[in-house]
Amino acid sequence: MTRRFAKTRTDVAALFFTGLTGFSTLLILALLAVILTYLAWLGGGQISWRFIFGGTDADMFDTEKAGVFPMLIGTAARVFLMTLFVIPVGVITALYLTEYANPTSLLTRVIRSAVNNLAGVPSIVFGLFGVGFFISFIGGSLDSLTASPEPRWGKPALLWASLTLAVMTLPVVIVATEEALKSIAPGLREASLALGATRLETVLRIVLPNALPGILTGGILAVSRAAGEVAPILFTGAAYYLKDTPHSLTDQFMDLAYHVYVLSTQSPNVEQTRPILFGTVVVLLCLTFLLNLVAVLIRARIRRRLRSAH
Amino acid sequence: MKLHRSIAVAGSLAALLLAATTSLAGNVTIKGSDTMVILGQKWAEVFMQKNPDTKIQVTGGGSGTGFAALQNKQTDIANASRKIRAKEREQCIKAFGKNPREYPVALDGLSLYVHANNPVSTLCIEEIRDIFTGKITNWKQVGGLDTPIILYSRENSSGTYEFFKEHVLLGRDFAAKAQTLAGTAQVLQQVAQDPNGIGYGGAAYGSGAKHLKVSAAKGGEGIEPTEETVVSQKYPIWRHLFVYLNPELEKGEVKVFLDWIRSEEGQKVVKDVGYYPLPANLRRK
Amino acid sequence: MIAEKLIFAISLTAIAMVFLIFLFVGREALPIFAGNISSAANQESQPIPVAEMDRLSPEQLRSYLNLTQTEFKEMDRETLQALMEVRVDAAKEDSTDRDALVNTVAWRYLIRPYQWTDYDKPVYVWQPVSKIHKYNIIPLVVGSLKTTLVALLFAVPVSLGAAIYVSQLARPTVKEWIKPAVEMLSAVPSVVLGAFAAIVLASALQSLFGLQYRLNAGLAGLALGISSIPIIFSIAEDALTSVPRSFTQGALALGASRWSAAWQIVVPAAIPGLFAAVVLGFGRCIGETMVVLIASGNAAALSASLLEPTRTITATIAAELGETVVGGHHYRMLFVLGTLLFVVTFLTNVVGDVVMHRLKNRLEGRS
Repeated sequence: MTRRFAKTRTDVAALFFTGLTGFSTLLILALLAVILTYLAWLGGGQISWRFIFGGTDADMFDTEKAGVFPMLIGTAARVFLMTLFVIPVGVITALYLTEYANPTSLLTRVIRSAVNNLAGVPSIVFGLFGVGFFISFIGGSLDSLTASPEPRWGKPALLWASLTLAVMTLPVVIVATEEALKSIAPGLREASLALGATRLETVLRIVLPNALPGILTGGILAVSRAAGEVAPILFTGAAYYLKDTPHSLTDQFMDLAYHVYVLSTQSPNVEQTRPILFGTVVVLLCLTFLLNLVAVLIRARIRRRLRSAH
Repeated sequence: MKLHRSIAVAGSLAALLLAATTSLAGNVTIKGSDTMVILGQKWAEVFMQKNPDTKIQVTGGGSGTGFAALQNKQTDIANASRKIRAKEREQCIKAFGKNPREYPVALDGLSLYVHANNPVSTLCIEEIRDIFTGKITNWKQVGGLDTPIILYSRENSSGTYEFFKEHVLLGRDFAAKAQTLAGTAQVLQQVAQDPNGIGYGGAAYGSGAKHLKVSAAKGGEGIEPTEETVVSQKYPIWRHLFVYLNPELEKGEVKVFLDWIRSEEGQKVVKDVGYYPLPANLRRK
Repeated sequence: MIAEKLIFAISLTAIAMVFLIFLFVGREALPIFAGNISSAANQESQPIPVAEMDRLSPEQLRSYLNLTQTEFKEMDRETLQALMEVRVDAAKEDSTDRDALVNTVAWRYLIRPYQWTDYDKPVYVWQPVSKIHKYNIIPLVVGSLKTTLVALLFAVPVSLGAAIYVSQLARPTVKEWIKPAVEMLSAVPSVVLGAFAAIVLASALQSLFGLQYRLNAGLAGLALGISSIPIIFSIAEDALTSVPRSFTQGALALGASRWSAAWQIVVPAAIPGLFAAVVLGFGRCIGETMVVLIASGNAAALSASLLEPTRTITATIAAELGETVVGGHHYRMLFVLGTLLFVVTFLTNVVGDVVMHRLKNRLEGRS
């Protein structure tokens, strides 16, 4: 390395360089702080037990009586269902990639590339996919198979929204699980194999239990991501106004994030319902932030283990 | 062990959800016009208080959405703030073999909203057309201040948008610069804040902006949109609000509900929400 | 063995999904891509009065009503009569305008300007409802590019700066706090950012700069920028961190200061990764929906101004799909837009992926 480092300019340039990059960092943190404080300030006053655990469809736009409970239930139902689909598939894919696949083979490379690609597909395209694949194709086929006189499956429903979100969050689960799997000390696996356990036994008895925190992180991050998404559920299941929380997989549902969209664009009286809007925003933000925070904490633990494992 | 337990918990929760997959009797779904969502909700609310066994589900999306859902059999009743088109009717006939049944259920006048401080108070239909198609771009040209006109329109899925485009603009395109907003309330709110703005929407919709008087021809008498002028059809921009349904479904709860919304009680709700009840002679089709 | 085969099969889900997305979004758009459908009114076919129904042979009737064989077989006389009536009504409704004869879903009209009735020059128009459906996608493409440009102009310098600071200059203890904090920004849902921009930021900017339009391309772009900071930041940070520590240590040993080691050694080594961050940020911005749907004003005007309202591809799909008839022209056009979006983001993802992969191989001396 023969490059010469100019020393004379160091002071000014160093100050400039450090200042500029440091300023960028501060700017991002400040933006986050401003947005959060402002939203908390605007919506905090609306928060009460009644607002969170109450609320009926009829009082949706009444500042005194509105509550987000039906929307919370809808959001919880769709993300819970989603995890049932996405976690098994995501974890198994991650297991294959770390435990079985030849890391340099073309197939492995293609799978990884597909995972990355899936992570970059626009959320609205997932919405279109949900309509074109789940509702029209699968739902439509189910309807014609069961010869039902009116569409039972071929219409927006909780199930289709959850499946669409599961496809969308698959990369999140895969990446988090993989990270956890890599953090497991290789010695553990070798010891298990040396004692005569098969590959599968090792994976099920040793690797998987040790990777549970990572799987949990993946699940939590997926839930957090999905809870805030509106575009994929716009046409696959969310409804503007429903009397009831969903009772079956084919019901539509009200939803927290979708409700933010409704309140910010379609409320009957925008000024008057603003406190409800920001109250809903605060509930949604608390949800996604708490989930993220938990995920970050678990992940920090995994990363420490990763460093000590290698 | 831990893993097994959590799988068992997740499994039983899933089983619970699946077990709940039973069909619901006594459900009525209503979908369509955003203009009519609040009306539909209020109808549903009052009706359900009296008939607790019936569950009514109301969703918006626009009149076109309602017709699409009707022909895809995704809704029992389609709300519409415009008449069904022949093409949509054709789809319906293909889907259920009959013409969809149409009931007018209320009257609505469309108001032109401007900022409260805007000195312009009357416009004729032709001026309105020129403003929204972008031919007139300055308030000065219609007797106002020398400021540019800012247009607020609706999303093109709304029946109000289509009605306005066809009956006021005579099918011409909206000026490309017109902002499209998702709801009438949002139009009203934007206009209330914008001294140069103009927008359109239901006459009975809230306050905050000034409703213009409208004359049918230039120099004619400006008519204020009120219940009296709309019901008597003196005010030039008015329309029916309709519900449509598959005739085969007009039985059971759906029929009870339909009869009720056209009764005195249902029409009172129309008035409470801010549209105009149909005169008794128009209520029977 | 079966279990392992199963694991392998399931691990192909991601590939299958990318493929299925392309297949099923593209499938709905295919008739337009292939030019198989036409929205033009058929000028020769005068509607046949209902009274003359019996004069037509069943086959003539079927083709007149545009029915498939199975559909035709299942219909009773009453239904066919109703369909004939509708034909007559449709003919009355159909515009006699010369525009009605234009096939507005042909490629020519989707991307090139056309002089419609009532216009004094050829124009690019997206007005997909009412009698003549105009589907020119250029205003939407320009709208998407405009907001994305603003977003990147704002987000790229800030994110790259922060990535350099966090990965190279910050003390490890500080880094452990800042990095998750910046990543927390991604926990703000885009619908929340959109609402914040449209209600709070819009009013602030308007009163600050006296803007004519409250909601405009610049505002939407700014909010879009905020939403894309986390992804650009984390990819750039990843690239910078993957530069081996020996590079920095070597420079420091030669007497360089921390910043000049960062600026002259680490950043140049990680340039492809920073490029990948920008490319993936572009993909994210062009595909983001809720922010632009709420904050852009959604006017499909073709203009270069950043201070006027604009309409993006994503917002158009989100605002209009709910209203369309499944299988209709408008529905298919929105899937055409979706396919375009998918192809663009697919390409940016592949480029980003390949660049990052090569960079890491090279830095780890594997190439």
